[in-house]
Amino acid sequence: MSVLINDIRQRFYLDSVALMRFSVRLEDMDGVEAASMMMATPSNLQIFADAGLLKIAPEEAHADDLLIAVRARDGAHAQAAQDLARELLDSRRADTARGDSMTDRPVRSIAMAHEVNAEANLALISVPGAFAEYEAAKALDHGLNVMVFSDNVSLDAELTLKRRALDQGLLVMGPDCGTAIISGVPLGFANHVRRGDIGIVAASGTGLQEVSCLIDRLGYGISHGIGTGGRDLSSTIGGMTTFAAIDQLLEDDATASLLLISKPPAEAVALKVMDKLAAADKPSVVCFIDGAAPATDLPSHVKVCRSLTAAAEQATGMALNNLPERAPSAARDGIIVGLFSGGTLCAEAQMLLRDAGLSLCSNVPLAGVSADQDSFDTHRLLDLGADDYTLNKPHPMLEPAVRTPMLQASLEAREVAVLLLDIVIGYGADPDPAGAVAEVVSEHNRRRTGPIVVASVCGVDADPQSRQRQVATLQSAGIVVAPSNAAATEYALSLLNRTEEVSQ
Amino acid sequence: MSTLLSSSPIVINVGLADFARDIRAAGGQVVNVDWVPPAAGDVRRAALIQQLQPGSNPRLAAANDEAVERMINADPLLKDVVIAAEAIPSLDRHVVLHAGPPIDWSDMCGPMRGAICGVCVLEGWAKDLRQAEQLADAGELTFHPNHQFSAVGPMTGLTTMSQPVMVVENTAYANHAFCTINEGLGKVMRFGGNDDEVIARLKWLRESFGPMLGSSLRHVGGIRLKPIIARGLAMGDEMHQRNVACTSLVLRELAPAMVAANDDAAAVEQGLRFIAGNDQFFLNVAMVMGKSIMDPVGDVPGSSIVTAMSRNGTTFGIRVSGTGSRWFTAPVEQPEGLYFPGFTAADANPDMGDSTIVETVGLGGFAMAASPAVAGFVGAGNAQQARAFTEDMYVITHTKNTEWTIPGLDFAGVPTGIDVLKVVETQLAPTINTGIAHRKPGVGQVGAGIVRAPLECFSAALDALAEGKQ
Repeated sequence: MSVLINDIRQRFYLDSVALMRFSVRLEDMDGVEAASMMMATPSNLQIFADAGLLKIAPEEAHADDLLIAVRARDGAHAQAAQDLARELLDSRRADTARGDSMTDRPVRSIAMAHEVNAEANLALISVPGAFAEYEAAKALDHGLNVMVFSDNVSLDAELTLKRRALDQGLLVMGPDCGTAIISGVPLGFANHVRRGDIGIVAASGTGLQEVSCLIDRLGYGISHGIGTGGRDLSSTIGGMTTFAAIDQLLEDDATASLLLISKPPAEAVALKVMDKLAAADKPSVVCFIDGAAPATDLPSHVKVCRSLTAAAEQATGMALNNLPERAPSAARDGIIVGLFSGGTLCAEAQMLLRDAGLSLCSNVPLAGVSADQDSFDTHRLLDLGADDYTLNKPHPMLEPAVRTPMLQASLEAREVAVLLLDIVIGYGADPDPAGAVAEVVSEHNRRRTGPIVVASVCGVDADPQSRQRQVATLQSAGIVVAPSNAAATEYALSLLNRTEEVSQ
Repeated sequence: MSTLLSSSPIVINVGLADFARDIRAAGGQVVNVDWVPPAAGDVRRAALIQQLQPGSNPRLAAANDEAVERMINADPLLKDVVIAAEAIPSLDRHVVLHAGPPIDWSDMCGPMRGAICGVCVLEGWAKDLRQAEQLADAGELTFHPNHQFSAVGPMTGLTTMSQPVMVVENTAYANHAFCTINEGLGKVMRFGGNDDEVIARLKWLRESFGPMLGSSLRHVGGIRLKPIIARGLAMGDEMHQRNVACTSLVLRELAPAMVAANDDAAAVEQGLRFIAGNDQFFLNVAMVMGKSIMDPVGDVPGSSIVTAMSRNGTTFGIRVSGTGSRWFTAPVEQPEGLYFPGFTAADANPDMGDSTIVETVGLGGFAMAASPAVAGFVGAGNAQQARAFTEDMYVITHTKNTEWTIPGLDFAGVPTGIDVLKVVETQLAPTINTGIAHRKPGVGQVGAGIVRAPLECFSAALDALAEGKQ
């Protein structure tokens, strides 16, 4: 008979990532059926209830209390989990209570932080979306530029913040801006890429990561990588941050050329962007992933590409080599399944396969790609970082283990000929994403043959995880490693037996 | 114009702590904020705070500056002692002013009821305590908060027509405030005492000591109180639970005048002994000073500065400048502290008294860093911990009062001007150093401790300020 316990820690706040990491540890414990630690906000209480983990009445906990819920085989196992939970929280509290300021007292707010260091000029905000606007407004009150990593911030809030920022001459990167690199300082999920003179403006975090890493591997470097958030080029926002970022890069002595990455913007906004770049005195490369070819004639210093790899090659004038050798054996029957942690990488792969004539489905389909994921013989590319997969589960970049069940299922499935994966490393990512994948694949290979696994590693050797080591780890499990996401996708395509497809 | 790109960014990290770690690992500069959700995670209230913030509401900054300026410009003068009915014309037969926000007889705690019965006997409205109780039960008495009539009183804080009250004039704004004289320690009316000994002492205060104190004060032309406070802070007082230095300073000012202005040597000796024997004599002076400072701040439109905090043993109430005389109330909280030998938390009366006017002007628990000795007394810990209490109060106040400085904090001024917005945002409640009374009337003080103002009062005030802004 299962035992369910609910334990409330009053006025105890911990960020969602730390809580999810702890929750995973509790669930790993012997005898624990389900466990979760979250702040007791109304929406989280609903999530607890839906998971059969809520025992207390909703009125018993406040939004700033922490709720630990454990369902275990019996009382002893539940207690053991509860004890571990408390231990984890107490040791975490001790760590953060050491404080960060010269006065050795906890710095509780942006105002206090600004007193500690009056030279601060950027607030990096990754609090729950419900409070991101609040903190961002505070940051602007203090004359700080803002990077809003948080998502679930309304379009209205984004508009208000960006208008204020425009008036004040400040940049608002985001919301939902996962990556920025300013003067070599990594913000959010970012890679330790070489400094150089290519300035990047990106509406996509993993897009910025992939392009900056490819530039580095091609022997060049970036001056800055400015994130704009995914909605900046919508008609409502009108590209406020994008244009401000372009202006700053055009003024910046360290920047010699620009590179812009986004999904295709609203048409009116796209025209303004192209006009601005055409009039600029520095060359630029524009990558609208899956964008249409530009209608107007562009001057020679503005180039348009459709894939991240093409953009990096265009910006550096170099070509990626070390492509994997084509498979010597006969082409395979079956489908490609892609399991992605980066949404833009999934989009790039979709574009390439769709353009090659494959019929595809995805949970975040591009035009011409089906949303129906149940079809048995349609190639399937999934973004596991999208909302439908990350409700109450960590993002796969933070916790690679969440990709494991789907990975295993795809390895076992008869109809899968090729498995396509992205491994994103760098600051903020898991210490060993390749290891998690290699372990699952090796284990499977011990038992039977399966699909060919093709991966790309978005990262550089100077990253904490070391791209070189990650590649070696993957290769030791028999995984084919391509130099970029686009290259991996092309390679996967080359493995298929295309005779049936071509005749469709 | 220097932009974000011109140099390495200096980052303030708010949220996932690992981002700060990574910035440091990459050689960048970052200050990590130990973030907790504002307003206890209440999204609606956080939005109200955002609307009222100086950034979106410039009127607020100006209003709060004005409110705090009035506090700092105050110049309280302890100038006289008069009979209460002279000072407060509404004080009539059967009218009783009490500590805290409005409360009905039926909701009052034991010590308050005991004191009220005693005061009926003192005033001659009842011949004994039992008759007094019948009078109250029959609804014959009219109750009002002291605060409504520019008065304050400690613990039960009863002010009635014939009692002597000290008068402080805030000469900067020409307003006056009033408070009864501190009876001493032990079995006294402010703790609900009401027997013959208590009544006799109150009669002595009315007939002998009060008039003598009054004539002495007039003789010296009054005592300016800000300098007394400044010196007291440097001597280890915080003016709520520790007043021995200020009591001594005032005794020094008064003693020659008491001799010069009064013929009856025996009465003078008795009066001097009375002050000298009561370490808390100055508490009532500090309180009436606080009231005289805050009354002119009571009505600055749009200001979120707290103008009064007060308890009646059942409810805790605050008033806020921008909402005038409106009370925002919540049940009082239980103090956490140390008990005198023989007593425990089970003996404690809930929090009571107008003495929180002292914290309202930046003293008491707010100035705990000046008084390590009191920190031990109220169970707040050691000197280092005493500092931490004051430092927390800086987070929720508007400014530091440079006239009242704390030597141990490098002469930083006391935290002044409690801001409702900051309290709700940070969920740091004002810290109060309080005495703890026995819950049975008349037993007296059984301990001392720290109590927090209930956050609910401030949340309600925030809602009202936001409504008022529309």
